[in-house]
Amino acid sequence: MAAVTNSWVNKRGPGGIAIAFWILLALLPFGERFVAEGSFDYYMFMGQAMLINAIAILGLNLLIGFNGQISLGHSAFFAVGAYTAAILMNFAGWPYWATLPVAAVVCFVAGFLFGFPALKLEGHYLALATFTLAIAVPQLLKYKPIGKWTGGVGGLLLDKPDAPGWSGLGQDQFLYYVCLLIAILAFWAVRNVLRGRGGSAMMAIRDHVMAAGTMGIDTARYKTVTFGLSAAITGVAGALSAITVAFVAPDSFTLQLAVSFLVGLVVGGIASLPGCLIGGAFIVLIQNSSQSISDWMKATFSISYDVPAWAIYGVLLIALMYFMPRGIMGGVEAVTQRIVNRRGT
Amino acid sequence: MEFFVQQLVAGLTSGSIYACVALGLVMIYVSTDHINFAQGEMAMFATYIAWAMINAGLPYWVAFGATILIAFAGGLFIQRVILKPLEAAPVLSLVVCFIALLSIFNALAGMIWSYTIKQFPTPFPARDLFGSGLVSVQQIGVVGVTLLMLGLLTVFFHYTTLGLAMRAAAQNAASARMMGIRVSWMLALGWGLAAAIGAVAGMLVAPIVFLDPNMMTGILVYGFAGALVGGIGSPFGAVIGGFIVGVLENLVGSYIIGNELKLTFALVIVVGVLLVKPAGLFGRVVVRRV
Repeated sequence: MAAVTNSWVNKRGPGGIAIAFWILLALLPFGERFVAEGSFDYYMFMGQAMLINAIAILGLNLLIGFNGQISLGHSAFFAVGAYTAAILMNFAGWPYWATLPVAAVVCFVAGFLFGFPALKLEGHYLALATFTLAIAVPQLLKYKPIGKWTGGVGGLLLDKPDAPGWSGLGQDQFLYYVCLLIAILAFWAVRNVLRGRGGSAMMAIRDHVMAAGTMGIDTARYKTVTFGLSAAITGVAGALSAITVAFVAPDSFTLQLAVSFLVGLVVGGIASLPGCLIGGAFIVLIQNSSQSISDWMKATFSISYDVPAWAIYGVLLIALMYFMPRGIMGGVEAVTQRIVNRRGT
Repeated sequence: MEFFVQQLVAGLTSGSIYACVALGLVMIYVSTDHINFAQGEMAMFATYIAWAMINAGLPYWVAFGATILIAFAGGLFIQRVILKPLEAAPVLSLVVCFIALLSIFNALAGMIWSYTIKQFPTPFPARDLFGSGLVSVQQIGVVGVTLLMLGLLTVFFHYTTLGLAMRAAAQNAASARMMGIRVSWMLALGWGLAAAIGAVAGMLVAPIVFLDPNMMTGILVYGFAGALVGGIGSPFGAVIGGFIVGVLENLVGSYIIGNELKLTFALVIVVGVLLVKPAGLFGRVVVRRV
């Protein structure tokens, strides 16, 4: 994965555009008056899903985009996070917010441990091992002896947390803010990691493992820790999804979930932080509008079948690999780079 | 003891299907170094085509042969049209592309033939061999078709000019090119063969697991495991590996862990082999120059 430039990583300053953008996102729940009566809660719920997906993709991007380790199994860590939150809330009666750090720690350990076999695997092999992981997890979650805790095939039903009385927010508005707060923390943390020594080491490993090792970087340690961090971030997203959806079941954590993260990552932009947000919003939009896209395609191209979202994902992925292998943000970066270069000469 | 033999035979039967899937994977791996994640879904799609033909009234074996030809053409087409432009692309792009193919085939099958489970006919009579209660004709048939196909492939790769050219292209592309072999087309042929082998596996397994768009997901994972156990660079090893995994899966499933953790067992095999002996039983250890 050569030719990935990360000019923004070295840029100093607080990042005015990013802050303005986050403030804009924080203002969205006040848009209630501009939306038709009744549909606002649904928009807020979609907003939560977008932010959750963005966090999950952020975790995946840290691993794939910045460390060059391919994972098709991040649905597994998402599941671990979701089940950690669900079990703690359901059986131990924990408040929702207290489950998030636990989910992060559990997933960090799980990711760190999976990072050890991953050390020996590269490229296709790692993709293969994680692919197998993604397929094995739903079956593992249905395993009878642990069914007492996981709820088996039926999953666990949770209580959706209410907004505290003093805030005056609706339930979905409040959960949107919870997701937003976690998203800001996660993006801020990743940005700081990437700007430090650790980030440089991660990217050096991505660009050339052996050269990085020669320069004194402990490649094994960085790779396993990156795997752990990546899993932890995705796991927190999983916990948030359990909290906001108030339900977990094995069949929501299939290979398709891992693939949708990959779609979001590739669409938004490999090795791009804003790209994660674009990707997260994108997959929620496609999933929600797949019926209307399908209807439109049926009418326009006179197809007599329903066009499923997965066909659209697939065609889109191949098209992106041809024309914009680094996603939307990669394309934007390439264009700005060209403009800057022209000015320079 | 009887139960053991039954499990062993069942293991060999599923093993022969895993062997086919593994062989399809190896076929693509040796020539391009890619692991085709869409192998299972391609096989599933081909099986649906066979089902449609049989439903339209064609005799089983005619549909069988026609499906193999269609799958071959399809594999060739995919390599030529979709993958050729990405020959020099980074690994991630290729993995994404294979995953995209997987999604497309799965969605297309669901879209055209719906997600309801379908029965797939078997050409073998439903009775036991010699009335022994141990081995059914169906099982012998599955293993027999697999072995026949392996025999044909061995002859093809060892005694025909085209087969030798394909092996040459896989082993040393540059030298093969100098000998006048069109390497790029050899890769496409490899894809075609892989798709055809996959189609055979799909049609053999469909009567056992029933036909639905997700029928190959688990089988693909076992195919991976088989290919890795045998050594992903070795066709012979892949076949042996497939049989080993099939037998292990059945014995471990019925005696130790139960049927619920079979996929987890595949995961353990995959990770275990990659950790302990990445070259597999019959693979070559690759030494890379930096």
